[in-house]
Amino acid sequence: MSIRRRDFLKIAGVSAIAGIGGVSALSLLKIKGSEASSYIEDPKTLKGKRWAIAIDIQKFQTPEDYARVINACHSIHNVPDIGNPKEEIKWIWTESYEHSFPSQDYGNPYIQDHLKKKPFLVLCNHCDNPPCVRVCPTKATFKRKSDGIVMMDMHRCIGCRFCMAGCPYGARSFNWRDPRPYIKKINPEFPARMKGVVEKCTFCYQRIAVGLQPACVEASKGAMIFGDLADPNSEIRRVLSSRYTIRRKPELGTNPSIFYIIGG
Amino acid sequence: MYDGGKIIIGLIIFIGISIFPFILTMGKAVAKPEPKLDTPEIQKMVEKKCVESKMYMKTEHMVMLNDWRDAVVRDGLRLYKATDGKLYDMSLQNTCMKCHSSKKNFCDQCHNYVAVKPYCWDCHIAPQEGT
Ligand code: SF4
Ligand code: SF4
Ligand code: SF4
Repeated sequence: MSIRRRDFLKIAGVSAIAGIGGVSALSLLKIKGSEASSYIEDPKTLKGKRWAIAIDIQKFQTPEDYARVINACHSIHNVPDIGNPKEEIKWIWTESYEHSFPSQDYGNPYIQDHLKKKPFLVLCNHCDNPPCVRVCPTKATFKRKSDGIVMMDMHRCIGCRFCMAGCPYGARSFNWRDPRPYIKKINPEFPARMKGVVEKCTFCYQRIAVGLQPACVEASKGAMIFGDLADPNSEIRRVLSSRYTIRRKPELGTNPSIFYIIGG
Repeated sequence: MYDGGKIIIGLIIFIGISIFPFILTMGKAVAKPEPKLDTPEIQKMVEKKCVESKMYMKTEHMVMLNDWRDAVVRDGLRLYKATDGKLYDMSLQNTCMKCHSSKKNFCDQCHNYVAVKPYCWDCHIAPQEGT
Protein backbone atom coordinates (compact mmCIF):
# COMPACT_ATOMS: atom_id res chain seq x y z
CA MET A 1 0.00 0.00 0.00
CA SER A 2 1.47 3.28 -0.97
CA ILE A 3 0.79 6.47 0.89
CA ARG A 4 0.18 9.70 -0.95
CA ARG A 5 2.43 12.64 -0.16
CA ARG A 6 -0.56 14.74 0.85
CA ASP A 7 -1.78 12.10 3.33
CA PHE A 8 1.68 11.73 4.79
CA LEU A 9 1.91 15.46 5.45
CA LYS A 10 -1.53 15.46 7.08
CA ILE A 11 -0.61 12.64 9.42
CA ALA A 12 2.76 14.21 10.22
CA GLY A 13 1.11 17.54 11.00
CA VAL A 14 -1.53 16.05 13.25
CA SER A 15 0.99 13.95 15.16
CA ALA A 16 3.27 16.95 15.62
CA ILE A 17 0.39 18.92 17.12
CA ALA A 18 -0.57 15.98 19.29
CA GLY A 19 3.07 15.69 20.34
CA ILE A 20 3.33 19.31 21.36
CA GLY A 21 0.01 19.14 23.17
CA GLY A 22 1.06 15.93 24.84
CA VAL A 23 4.28 17.46 26.16
CA SER A 24 2.58 20.48 27.61
CA ALA A 25 -0.10 18.36 29.24
CA LEU A 26 2.66 16.29 30.80
CA SER A 27 4.56 19.29 32.09
CA LEU A 28 1.31 20.68 33.47
CA LEU A 29 0.82 17.46 35.36
CA LYS A 30 4.36 17.71 36.68
CA ILE A 31 4.10 21.14 38.20
CA LYS A 32 0.70 20.37 39.66
CA GLY A 33 0.90 20.20 43.39
CA SER A 34 3.07 23.28 43.51
CA GLU A 35 1.36 25.40 40.90
CA ALA A 36 -0.24 27.57 43.55
CA SER A 37 2.95 27.84 45.58
CA SER A 38 5.32 30.77 45.59
CA TYR A 39 8.47 32.13 47.20
CA ILE A 40 8.20 35.20 49.32
CA GLU A 41 10.51 37.40 51.32
CA ASP A 42 10.33 37.11 55.07
CA PRO A 43 8.57 40.27 56.28
CA LYS A 44 11.08 40.40 59.15
CA THR A 45 13.94 41.05 56.67
CA LEU A 46 15.88 44.23 57.45
CA LYS A 47 15.47 46.71 54.61
CA GLY A 48 18.58 48.37 53.20
CA LYS A 49 20.16 49.22 49.86
CA ARG A 50 23.79 48.97 50.86
CA TRP A 51 24.75 47.41 54.16
CA ALA A 52 27.92 48.58 55.88
CA ILE A 53 29.75 48.34 59.18
CA ALA A 54 31.77 51.01 60.99
CA ILE A 55 34.31 49.63 63.48
CA ASP A 56 35.16 51.92 66.38
CA ILE A 57 38.77 50.96 67.00
CA GLN A 58 39.00 52.77 70.36
CA LYS A 59 36.44 50.40 71.78
CA PHE A 60 38.65 47.39 71.10
CA GLN A 61 41.08 47.34 73.98
CA THR A 62 41.63 43.87 75.45
CA PRO A 63 42.27 40.63 73.52
CA GLU A 64 38.90 39.53 74.89
CA ASP A 65 37.17 42.31 72.93
CA TYR A 66 38.48 40.89 69.66
CA ALA A 67 38.04 37.22 70.60
CA ARG A 68 34.39 37.68 71.56
CA VAL A 69 33.54 39.13 68.15
CA ILE A 70 35.56 36.58 66.18
CA ASN A 71 34.13 33.65 68.15
CA ALA A 72 30.60 34.91 67.67
CA CYS A 73 31.05 34.73 63.91
CA HIS A 74 33.09 31.55 63.65
CA SER A 75 30.95 29.55 66.06
CA ILE A 76 27.58 30.20 64.43
CA HIS A 77 28.94 29.76 60.90
CA ASN A 78 30.74 26.46 61.52
CA VAL A 79 34.12 27.91 60.60
CA PRO A 80 36.74 25.21 61.27
CA ASP A 81 39.93 25.69 63.24
CA ILE A 82 42.44 23.68 61.20
CA GLY A 83 45.36 24.70 63.38
CA ASN A 84 47.74 25.21 60.46
CA PRO A 85 48.26 28.79 59.26
CA LYS A 86 48.67 27.64 55.65
CA GLU A 87 45.20 26.11 55.63
CA GLU A 88 43.55 28.63 57.93
CA ILE A 89 39.87 29.36 57.33
CA LYS A 90 38.72 32.77 58.54
CA TRP A 91 35.73 35.03 58.08
CA ILE A 92 36.81 37.75 60.48
CA TRP A 93 40.27 38.06 62.03
CA THR A 94 42.90 40.58 63.10
CA GLU A 95 45.73 42.19 61.14
CA SER A 96 48.43 44.68 62.04
CA TYR A 97 48.08 48.33 61.06
CA GLU A 98 50.50 48.12 58.16
CA HIS A 99 48.83 45.02 56.77
CA SER A 100 45.37 46.49 57.15
CA PHE A 101 46.17 49.93 55.76
CA PRO A 102 49.38 49.61 53.72
CA SER A 103 48.69 52.77 51.74
CA GLN A 104 48.27 54.91 54.86
CA ASP A 105 51.42 53.62 56.41
CA TYR A 106 53.55 53.75 53.30
CA GLY A 107 56.69 55.70 54.00
CA ASN A 108 55.53 56.89 57.39
CA PRO A 109 57.37 55.15 60.21
CA TYR A 110 56.38 57.90 62.67
CA ILE A 111 52.70 57.08 62.82
CA GLN A 112 51.13 57.19 66.29
CA ASP A 113 52.27 54.31 68.46
CA HIS A 114 48.80 53.25 69.50
CA LEU A 115 47.90 52.65 65.84
CA LYS A 116 51.13 50.84 65.01
CA LYS A 117 50.70 48.36 67.83
CA LYS A 118 46.98 47.85 67.55
CA PRO A 119 45.39 44.78 65.95
CA PHE A 120 42.57 45.65 63.53
CA LEU A 121 39.52 43.53 62.92
CA VAL A 122 39.26 42.70 59.24
CA LEU A 123 36.62 40.88 57.22
CA CYS A 124 35.21 40.89 53.71
CA ASN A 125 34.56 44.53 52.76
CA HIS A 126 31.48 43.77 50.69
CA CYS A 127 32.97 46.04 48.08
CA ASP A 128 30.61 48.08 45.96
CA ASN A 129 32.85 47.25 43.00
CA PRO A 130 34.02 43.76 43.95
CA PRO A 131 36.87 42.28 41.89
CA CYS A 132 36.10 38.80 43.27
CA VAL A 133 32.72 38.90 41.53
CA ARG A 134 34.22 40.02 38.24
CA VAL A 135 36.65 37.12 38.08
CA CYS A 136 34.38 34.32 39.30
CA PRO A 137 33.62 32.15 36.26
CA THR A 138 30.54 30.49 37.76
CA LYS A 139 28.83 33.39 39.53
CA ALA A 140 29.29 31.41 42.73
CA THR A 141 30.19 34.74 44.26
CA PHE A 142 27.88 37.56 43.30
CA LYS A 143 26.67 40.89 44.54
CA ARG A 144 23.06 40.97 45.68
CA LYS A 145 21.24 43.69 43.79
CA SER A 146 18.85 44.29 46.64
CA ASP A 147 21.33 45.20 49.39
CA GLY A 148 24.89 45.05 48.07
CA ILE A 149 25.96 41.96 50.03
CA VAL A 150 28.71 40.06 48.23
CA MET A 151 27.32 36.55 48.59
CA MET A 152 28.76 33.09 48.28
CA ASP A 153 26.76 30.31 46.66
CA MET A 154 28.82 27.37 47.88
CA HIS A 155 26.70 25.03 45.75
CA ARG A 156 28.23 26.54 42.63
CA CYS A 157 31.82 27.11 43.67
CA ILE A 158 34.23 24.97 41.65
CA GLY A 159 37.24 25.89 43.76
CA CYS A 160 39.19 27.60 40.97
CA ARG A 161 40.36 30.26 43.48
CA PHE A 162 40.28 33.10 40.94
CA CYS A 163 38.37 35.12 43.53
CA MET A 164 41.19 34.66 46.04
CA ALA A 165 43.63 36.08 43.52
CA GLY A 166 41.17 38.87 42.76
CA CYS A 167 40.41 39.95 46.31
CA PRO A 168 43.00 42.52 47.44
CA TYR A 169 42.13 41.99 51.11
CA GLY A 170 42.76 38.28 51.60
CA ALA A 171 39.16 37.95 52.75
CA ARG A 172 38.68 34.49 51.25
CA SER A 173 39.78 31.08 52.44
CA PHE A 174 40.04 27.83 50.52
CA ASN A 175 39.08 24.48 52.01
CA TRP A 176 42.10 22.29 51.38
CA ARG A 177 40.50 19.40 53.24
CA ASP A 178 37.14 18.34 54.61
CA PRO A 179 36.55 20.93 57.33
CA ARG A 180 33.98 18.89 59.29
CA PRO A 181 36.38 17.23 61.78
CA TYR A 182 37.87 20.63 62.65
CA ILE A 183 34.67 22.34 63.68
CA LYS A 184 34.81 22.56 67.44
CA LYS A 185 31.10 22.63 68.10
CA ILE A 186 28.74 22.24 65.18
CA ASN A 187 25.85 24.66 64.89
CA PRO A 188 23.12 22.38 63.52
CA GLU A 189 21.16 25.33 62.15
CA PHE A 190 23.82 26.44 59.65
CA PRO A 191 25.57 24.40 56.95
CA ALA A 192 29.29 23.64 56.90
CA ARG A 193 31.40 23.55 53.75
CA MET A 194 33.21 20.80 51.87
CA LYS A 195 36.70 20.25 50.55
CA GLY A 196 37.41 22.33 47.48
CA VAL A 197 35.23 25.40 47.98
CA VAL A 198 36.08 28.95 48.93
CA GLU A 199 34.36 30.67 51.82
CA LYS A 200 34.20 34.08 53.45
CA CYS A 201 31.99 36.40 55.49
CA THR A 202 28.50 36.56 53.99
CA PHE A 203 27.41 39.57 56.04
CA CYS A 204 25.13 37.30 58.07
CA TYR A 205 22.54 37.30 55.27
CA GLN A 206 20.66 34.59 57.21
CA ARG A 207 20.34 36.88 60.23
CA ILE A 208 19.45 40.00 58.24
CA ALA A 209 16.66 37.92 56.68
CA VAL A 210 15.02 37.46 60.07
CA GLY A 211 15.54 40.98 61.34
CA LEU A 212 18.78 40.46 63.26
CA GLN A 213 22.02 42.43 63.04
CA PRO A 214 25.21 40.58 62.04
CA ALA A 215 26.54 38.36 64.82
CA CYS A 216 29.86 40.23 65.10
CA VAL A 217 28.05 43.55 65.50
CA GLU A 218 25.79 42.09 68.16
CA ALA A 219 28.75 40.62 70.07
CA SER A 220 30.77 43.84 69.86
CA LYS A 221 28.60 45.60 72.46
CA GLY A 222 28.38 48.81 70.48
CA ALA A 223 31.92 48.84 69.12
CA MET A 224 30.64 48.04 65.63
CA ILE A 225 27.83 49.95 63.98
CA PHE A 226 25.75 48.30 61.28
CA GLY A 227 23.46 50.12 58.90
CA ASP A 228 22.39 51.22 55.45
CA LEU A 229 24.72 53.61 53.62
CA ALA A 230 21.94 54.56 51.24
CA ASP A 231 19.75 55.88 54.04
CA PRO A 232 20.90 59.39 55.05
CA ASN A 233 19.09 59.05 58.39
CA SER A 234 20.71 55.79 59.43
CA GLU A 235 22.92 55.58 62.48
CA ILE A 236 25.93 54.61 60.41
CA ARG A 237 25.57 57.67 58.20
CA ARG A 238 25.37 59.85 61.29
CA VAL A 239 28.56 58.26 62.65
CA LEU A 240 30.36 58.57 59.31
CA SER A 241 29.46 62.22 58.96
CA SER A 242 30.59 63.12 62.47
CA ARG A 243 33.78 61.09 62.96
CA TYR A 244 36.97 60.51 60.99
CA THR A 245 36.96 57.11 59.29
CA ILE A 246 39.26 55.28 56.90
CA ARG A 247 38.80 52.27 54.66
CA ARG A 248 41.20 49.59 53.50
CA LYS A 249 43.08 50.28 50.24
CA PRO A 250 40.54 52.78 48.89
CA GLU A 251 42.91 53.68 46.04
CA LEU A 252 42.09 50.37 44.35
CA GLY A 253 38.60 51.56 43.54
CA THR A 254 36.81 48.64 45.16
CA ASN A 255 34.74 51.00 47.31
CA PRO A 256 34.67 48.97 50.56
CA SER A 257 31.66 48.98 52.88
CA ILE A 258 33.68 48.44 56.07
CA PHE A 259 34.80 51.66 57.79
CA TYR A 260 37.28 52.17 60.63
CA ILE A 261 36.58 55.00 63.05
CA ILE A 262 40.01 56.42 63.83
CA GLY A 263 39.39 59.85 65.29
CA GLY A 264 36.84 61.36 67.63
CA MET B 1 30.11 -22.49 10.08
CA TYR B 2 33.81 -21.84 10.57
CA ASP B 3 35.10 -22.07 14.13
CA GLY B 4 31.60 -22.87 15.34
CA GLY B 5 32.85 -24.33 18.60
CA LYS B 6 34.85 -21.23 19.49
CA ILE B 7 31.95 -18.97 18.69
CA ILE B 8 29.58 -20.94 20.83
CA ILE B 9 32.01 -21.03 23.74
CA GLY B 10 32.52 -17.28 23.30
CA LEU B 11 28.77 -16.75 23.30
CA ILE B 12 28.34 -18.78 26.45
CA ILE B 13 31.06 -16.81 28.22
CA PHE B 14 29.50 -13.56 27.04
CA ILE B 15 26.01 -14.50 28.24
CA GLY B 16 27.49 -15.74 31.49
CA ILE B 17 29.15 -12.39 32.16
CA SER B 18 26.02 -10.46 31.18
CA ILE B 19 23.70 -12.31 33.50
CA PHE B 20 26.20 -12.81 36.30
CA PRO B 21 24.85 -9.93 38.44
CA PHE B 22 21.36 -11.38 38.21
CA ILE B 23 22.51 -14.88 39.14
CA LEU B 24 24.42 -13.47 42.07
CA THR B 25 21.37 -11.80 43.58
CA MET B 26 18.86 -14.46 42.55
CA GLY B 27 16.66 -15.60 45.35
CA LYS B 28 18.02 -12.93 47.66
CA ALA B 29 15.34 -10.41 48.46
CA VAL B 30 16.72 -6.89 48.46
CA ALA B 31 15.21 -5.09 51.41
CA LYS B 32 12.38 -2.88 50.31
CA PRO B 33 13.00 0.75 51.21
CA GLU B 34 10.90 1.75 54.17
CA PRO B 35 11.25 5.42 54.88
CA LYS B 36 10.03 5.83 58.45
CA LEU B 37 7.73 8.60 59.50
CA ASP B 38 7.51 7.84 63.21
CA THR B 39 9.75 10.66 64.44
CA PRO B 40 8.64 12.51 67.59
CA GLU B 41 8.05 15.69 65.59
CA ILE B 42 5.77 14.00 63.07
CA GLN B 43 3.89 12.14 65.80
CA LYS B 44 3.11 15.46 67.42
CA MET B 45 1.37 16.72 64.28
CA VAL B 46 -2.40 16.71 64.26
CA GLU B 47 -2.61 16.56 60.49
CA LYS B 48 0.37 14.55 59.31
CA LYS B 49 1.25 16.39 56.14
CA CYS B 50 4.47 17.50 54.47
CA VAL B 51 4.75 20.89 52.76
CA GLU B 52 3.06 19.42 49.67
CA SER B 53 1.19 16.19 48.88
CA LYS B 54 2.91 12.88 49.46
CA MET B 55 2.94 12.00 45.75
CA TYR B 56 4.43 15.33 44.83
CA MET B 57 7.12 15.08 47.49
CA LYS B 58 7.95 11.55 46.42
CA THR B 59 8.58 12.44 42.79
CA GLU B 60 9.60 16.09 42.94
CA HIS B 61 11.41 16.73 46.24
CA MET B 62 14.78 16.97 44.53
CA VAL B 63 13.53 19.57 42.07
CA MET B 64 11.85 21.43 44.90
CA LEU B 65 15.03 21.47 46.99
CA ASN B 66 17.01 22.81 44.04
CA ASP B 67 14.47 25.58 43.55
CA TRP B 68 14.45 26.37 47.26
CA ARG B 69 18.22 26.60 47.25
CA ASP B 70 18.22 29.12 44.41
CA ALA B 71 15.40 31.16 45.91
CA VAL B 72 17.14 31.44 49.28
CA VAL B 73 20.79 31.80 48.27
CA ARG B 74 20.45 33.78 45.06
CA ASP B 75 17.24 35.75 45.47
CA GLY B 76 17.11 36.15 49.24
CA LEU B 77 13.56 34.77 49.40
CA ARG B 78 13.27 32.48 52.38
CA LEU B 79 9.61 31.66 52.77
CA TYR B 80 7.67 29.06 50.83
CA LYS B 81 3.98 29.63 50.44
CA ALA B 82 2.65 26.13 49.89
CA THR B 83 -0.30 25.19 47.71
CA ASP B 84 -2.51 25.14 50.79
CA GLY B 85 -1.37 28.64 51.74
CA LYS B 86 0.82 27.63 54.69
CA LEU B 87 4.22 29.32 55.08
CA TYR B 88 7.46 27.41 55.56
CA ASP B 89 11.07 28.46 56.03
CA MET B 90 12.88 27.04 52.99
CA SER B 91 15.63 25.24 54.86
CA LEU B 92 16.84 21.68 54.55
CA GLN B 93 18.38 21.66 58.02
CA ASN B 94 15.80 23.76 59.84
CA THR B 95 12.57 22.68 58.16
CA CYS B 96 12.85 19.30 56.36
CA MET B 97 15.10 17.64 58.92
CA LYS B 98 13.18 18.99 61.91
CA CYS B 99 10.40 16.54 61.07
CA HIS B 100 12.46 13.92 59.25
CA SER B 101 14.91 13.86 62.09
CA SER B 102 16.60 10.61 61.09
CA LYS B 103 18.45 10.72 57.80
CA LYS B 104 19.22 7.03 58.18
CA ASN B 105 15.61 5.98 58.51
CA PHE B 106 14.22 8.41 55.99
CA CYS B 107 16.46 9.84 53.25
CA ASP B 108 18.90 6.95 53.11
CA GLN B 109 16.17 4.32 52.79
CA CYS B 110 15.30 5.13 49.18
CA HIS B 111 18.57 6.75 48.21
CA ASN B 112 20.47 3.60 49.10
CA TYR B 113 17.89 1.41 47.40
CA VAL B 114 18.24 3.23 44.10
CA ALA B 115 21.97 3.83 44.67
CA VAL B 116 21.94 7.60 44.46
CA LYS B 117 24.27 9.67 46.60
CA PRO B 118 22.93 13.20 46.85
CA TYR B 119 25.73 15.59 47.78
CA CYS B 120 23.53 17.67 50.10
CA TRP B 121 25.31 16.16 53.08
CA ASP B 122 28.79 17.11 51.97
CA CYS B 123 28.01 20.47 53.55
CA HIS B 124 24.60 20.32 55.18
CA ILE B 125 24.48 18.87 58.63
CA ALA B 126 22.16 15.95 59.29
CA PRO B 127 20.51 15.62 62.68
CA GLN B 128 22.26 13.36 65.18
CA GLU B 129 21.03 9.79 64.86
CA GLY B 130 19.52 7.79 67.65
CA THR B 131 18.58 10.42 70.16
S1 SF4 C 1 36.74 42.22 50.29
FE1 SF4 C 1 37.45 40.77 48.78
S2 SF4 C 1 35.98 39.10 48.90
FE2 SF4 C 1 35.03 40.84 49.89
S3 SF4 C 1 33.85 41.86 48.26
FE3 SF4 C 1 35.84 42.89 48.35
S4 SF4 C 1 37.04 41.79 46.82
FE4 SF4 C 1 35.29 40.47 47.26
S1 SF4 D 1 36.79 29.60 43.78
FE1 SF4 D 1 34.54 29.49 43.67
S2 SF4 D 1 33.82 31.55 44.24
FE2 SF4 D 1 36.01 31.71 43.76
S3 SF4 D 1 36.13 32.32 41.62
FE3 SF4 D 1 36.24 30.06 41.65
S4 SF4 D 1 34.10 29.37 41.49
FE4 SF4 D 1 34.03 31.55 42.00
S1 SF4 E 1 28.95 39.99 59.24
FE1 SF4 E 1 28.42 37.94 59.98
S2 SF4 E 1 29.58 36.61 58.63
FE2 SF4 E 1 30.51 38.62 58.42
S3 SF4 E 1 32.17 38.67 59.92
FE3 SF4 E 1 30.35 39.51 60.94
S4 SF4 E 1 29.43 37.74 61.98
FE4 SF4 E 1 30.86 36.94 60.45
